[in-house]
Parts: sequence; C-alpha cells; structure tokens
Amino acid sequence: MRTMFFTQAVDDALAQAMADDPRFILFGEDVPLLRRNLLVRFGPGRVRGTPISESAFLGAGVAAAMTGLRPVVEIYMVDFLGVCMDALLNHAAKVEAFSGGKWTAPVVVRVPCGGGYGDGGQHEQSLWGWLAHIPGLTVLVPSTPADAGGLMLAALRHDGPVVFLEHKLLSEMWLEFMGSGARRTVQFDVPAEGRKGAVPRRWDPVPIGKAVLRRTGDDVTIVSVGVGVHRALEAAQVLDTEGISAGVLDLRTVSPLDIVAVREAVARSGRLLVVDEDYEGFGLSGELSAVVLEAGISCKYARVCTKTTIPYARDREDQVLPNCERICAGIRRLMQ
Amino acid sequence: MAPELLSLYGPMLRSRLFEEAVAKLWNDGLISGEMHLGTGEEAIIAGVVAQLGESDAMALDHRGTAALLMRGVDPVSILRELLGYPDGLCGGMGGHMHLFSKEHLAASSGIVGAEGPAAAGFALSAQYLNSGAVAVAFFGEGAMNQGMLMESLNLASTWNLPALFVCKNDGWAITSRSEKMTGGDLNERARGLGVPAVEFDGWDVLEVWEAACAAIERARSGQGPTFLHARCVHLEGHFLGMQLLRIVREPLREMPEIAIPLARSFLRPGGAALRERMAGLKEVLAAVLSSLRDPRRDSAYDPVQRARKTLLADAARLQSLEDRIEQEISRVLKAALEEARP
Ligand SMILES: Cc1ncc(C[n+]2csc(CCOP(=O)(O)OP(=O)(O)O)c2C)c(N)n1
Repeated sequence: MRTMFFTQAVDDALAQAMADDPRFILFGEDVPLLRRNLLVRFGPGRVRGTPISESAFLGAGVAAAMTGLRPVVEIYMVDFLGVCMDALLNHAAKVEAFSGGKWTAPVVVRVPCGGGYGDGGQHEQSLWGWLAHIPGLTVLVPSTPADAGGLMLAALRHDGPVVFLEHKLLSEMWLEFMGSGARRTVQFDVPAEGRKGAVPRRWDPVPIGKAVLRRTGDDVTIVSVGVGVHRALEAAQVLDTEGISAGVLDLRTVSPLDIVAVREAVARSGRLLVVDEDYEGFGLSGELSAVVLEAGISCKYARVCTKTTIPYARDREDQVLPNCERICAGIRRLMQ
Repeated sequence: MAPELLSLYGPMLRSRLFEEAVAKLWNDGLISGEMHLGTGEEAIIAGVVAQLGESDAMALDHRGTAALLMRGVDPVSILRELLGYPDGLCGGMGGHMHLFSKEHLAASSGIVGAEGPAAAGFALSAQYLNSGAVAVAFFGEGAMNQGMLMESLNLASTWNLPALFVCKNDGWAITSRSEKMTGGDLNERARGLGVPAVEFDGWDVLEVWEAACAAIERARSGQGPTFLHARCVHLEGHFLGMQLLRIVREPLREMPEIAIPLARSFLRPGGAALRERMAGLKEVLAAVLSSLRDPRRDSAYDPVQRARKTLLADAARLQSLEDRIEQEISRVLKAALEEARP
C-alpha cells in the first residue's frame, strides 16, 4: 500500500494527468520553485511562474481554458482571490450560460485555505461558501490525501471551472512554508488522518458532488468539510463515551452539494449539526438547513462555525475556529 | 537641510535590535505564523518617516514594524501584539501583517499592492480637508505588478494627490527574481502615468532623506505624487525560515529533503524530453545559486552597518547612543514578556 502526504498526493495526481495529456499546464506566483518536482519533469513550458498580477493571470487562465488548454492556476491563498474575483465571478462561472451551453472554461484554480497556525484574519479564511454561492463554479474541499488526489484528477477532467481548496493545516508543504518555517518550537493541531494516508497505486477520479460517510451514528449527523471533518470525528469519539452515537458525513464537494446524502442521513438521525470552518452567516451551514427543510424533513439543528474575523492570537484563534469542545457542546444541547 | 547622520542612525539601530529580538522570539516559537522582517530596509523607512508629521498617514505592507516604531508607536505594545496578548497594539487580533495604529494614521495590509489604494485614499482626505498632510505607501517591487497599485499611481496622478509611493526594491518576490517577472522599467512605468520617479540607493539613509524631502515638499505644496524607487537587500530573505536561504546556510541538512524527490521526479518516465527537463532543473538551480551569490552577504548593503562606519569617527558619541538603545530594547523585551496584563 502506498501512503502519501496531502499535498504530495495532489501533486502526484496532477503529475499523472500531465503525463497523459499535454494540454495541462500549471502557473502561478513562485510555481517553478513550489512545484519544482513537476518543473523538472514537465519543463518550464508547462510549469510557469507569474508576476504578482492575479487578475491578469487568473483571467488569462480562464480564457486559455476556453481555447484548448487545461490550465491549473495557483493562487497563493484563498484570501487573495479578493483581488481577482472578477475572473471567477463574471467570467469563468458565466461562459457556459452566456454561450447557451456551447462554450465552457475548464480551468482548475488550486488554492490553499484555512487556519489553525496563527497567520491572522487576512490569511486564514476558508471562503468556500462565498465561492459556492456563484452558480457555475464547482468547489472542492478534500479532507484526506486519497480524496485530495482523486478530486484533483476529477477537477482536471471536469468540463468547467473548478476551485480546488487545499487546507493548509493538512498540507505538509504549506504548513512548513507558512506555519513552522523549519522551527521545531511550534505545534499545531494537525489531524493525522488528513495529513498522511493510504492512496491508490494509480489515481482514479473521486466523483465530484459525492459525499462520504466517515462514521455511522444513530443519534445525530455531523456534516462537515476539510479539517472540520476531523474535528467532528474527534468529537464523535468523545461523545461515544457518553453514550451518544454521532455519524460524520464528509461532503468533500461544497458545490454541487450532495443533497441526497445529507437528506438521507438527517432523515434517519433526526438531528443535524454542521461543522463549518467558513463564516457562519449566509453560507454552507445555512444552506444545509435549507436543503433539509425543503425536503420536509423535520430535525433539530445546530452549527459550529467561524463567526468573526479570525484572531491572530493562537489561543483565541483556537476558540473561534470550530474545535472538538464546541462541537461536543453543540451536540449535547441537541440531545437535550 | 539634511539632519545629522547620528539622528537617523538611532532609529535604524533601534528598529534593527527590535527586529532581532522578534526573530529570536519567533524562533523560540512564541510568535506564530509567518514573519517578514524589515531588516535591510531600515534606511528607506528612516529617511522617509523621520520627515512625517502628526497628520501624515502611512499605508504599510507585510513588513510594517520598522515604520511603526519610527513613527513613535510604543514598542512594547507592538511586541505584545506579535506575542498575541490582549493588550497588544491591536488587542492580539492583527498580528505582524495586520498592524494598525489609528492614532498614527498607520494601516498595514498583507495583500500585496493594497498600499496603493490606501495611500491614495489617505492623500485624498488630506487634499480635500486641506490639512497639508501627505500619505506614504511602502511596498516591494513585486507589488508594482499588482493592478490596484498601478491604478493607484494613475489615480494619484490624475487627482494630483499628495502621496509618496515608496518602492523598496530588493529584487526578489519570495522565490522569484522580480526582473524576470516585470516588463519594462519601473521608473518609466511611473513616469508613463505622469508620476515623477527618482531612483537611489536605499542603503544610504542620507540619500533616502534627500529624495524623500523633495517628494514631501512637492506633495505638500500641491504638486502631486512622486515615485521613490529605493534599492535594498532583505537580510533575512523573504521571511524567517525561508527555504532558499536555509539551503544556502545549511546545505547538508536541507538539501536531501529537496534533492531526493527532485531527482526522482526528474528521472520518472512520462513527461517532457530531456532538454525540457534540463531547462527545468536549471531554473531550480539558478534560484539556489542566485541566493548563494546574494548581496545580503556584503555589509556594504546593510544600512545600519554602513551608517555606523561613518559614525565611528566619533566613537564615544556613537557608543553612548548604542548603549542607550540597547538598554531600551532589553527593557522593552522584558516588559513585553511579562505575563498578560489586564
Ligand atoms: C494579492 C497577493 N498576492 C500574493 C501574495 C503572497 N505574497 C506575499 S508577499 C509576496 C511577495 C511580495 O514581493 P514584493 O512586493 O517585492 O515585497 P517583498 O516581500 O520583497 O518585500 C507575495 C507574492 C499576497 N500576500 N497578496
């Protein structure tokens, strides 16, 4: 059995696709050094550095995707999508609709997200709800190396724009780059199962829009993505000792949402707790409640999300981001 | 008239010692996240900030500490912010890339290029309110390729705003050589937008002071913005723990982790022809080699060392200033490390 680190898995799936199809090219700031292993295998024509001009190179990636290339565009952090949102919001997401379904932009935007390492509120956001709000964008948030590689392959084959979010706390590469920087004096609460795990010998796509049940449980269904899935699993274990049986559904894809899986699980347990590292208001957690209500399922509902700007101070950051204690407390209330 | 060198050396040394203390705290794991020091650009900051007054505003980038210190922000409160204490400069909410002081009209951003619009807006307030104030943007040369910064130069030009656009050019944007990512010449770019440009050595604080003096006078007298282009060297690379520098400083420890996967990938079947692979490998090696030949090894580019050399002529005066600053910084460090205050 092969095991891989999270980002290693993404790069490995990417390499497999690049070896199979020369239309895949890669670009972004510092990409030649950050993806140096791909650079020395596929050459500077396919692995390119860019100026700090996100609106230009992301927009160019969208247009190149419309004319025969399959670009993977890297943005340093999801927070920085703010400077180039137009390319996604008004162009990538709209081409298919505007052209009457005749033209698409199969671009993959690969971008780190998430917090838990003390970089502050302009560098640790999740923002998948913000992206998923836009019709026409596919938004992926893997939580394990196997899903990360498989979903990357699915993204590369998808015939439309995909935002592929890579949580920094799971990524050995980003955590070293942004978080520790070679010092051994800092520790992070990194979920072991997300950081490193078994991967297939050859990558097959993990279907987009399909959630996976990580843990079965009768009393309550926890729905989450990314690092939140691991926090939920940790909480489920704690609750088990109190006689509460919690299931954990990993969405893996935020948009399109696996509505069927959510409804099925919640209909059975009668309780829904959403764990979402993204902002609480107007986002994934509210969307999930709507999806359940629209189906006429009656359930008890609560959510554990990020409500405010993420504090820089590590201790307060840990309180603001969803953690095991908050999840347990939320579920105990649901059980009353 | 330019001030005495000693009066500019003081703030530079103070900032250097402060940031060296920060580096130590970061290495000890007491400061979280990334840490971009401004060591190497002290002369640029000192030469400009020494001439700012109460109503002047500053738009800072991810290396804002020196500017805040020199502008008079309490060093203990900055340090306590970096340590994440509730009584830090921003209540522990901001951290080193997001430092704000309303009192000093100083705002930072970790978004590359965001200093442009911020300075334009600060300058607009000054112009509209007729306060005679100026606004300063500090940013790197990599930021010059960010749309909003280029647009801000144009906006400042067309509105004739009292702004200084100070480009601290160290030639690098993280691991990228900026010259390879930048079309044309930055001075010409600014001039093409109607903003006069001056280029000078940013490691010579008196040179910076002269250039900034003229630009501030221009701005205060309603003649509009100036682009100040200062060359410098970041002594610690992009941020602390930067891999490129680690390879250079400790090759035996750092190389295997990089070289083994690199070699494996280079040899893997499927992919480009050998010539393309070699070109890729050359690019990686070139980045490492240019760090090796990096000017940061030469103290001539260190603004603090450079000023000090001249000042050695009056060693006694220099010594007493240095003693005073060293004592201050160790007092600051001690105060900052006290347990959380209410
Ligand atoms: C909009 C945006 N894109 C990318 C980044 C990531 N980033 C942080 S600093 C940096 C390099 C900046 O280079 P330069 O402007 O030359 O300043 P320096 O760091 O060299 O002082 C980059 C790309 C960012 N913070 N914001």
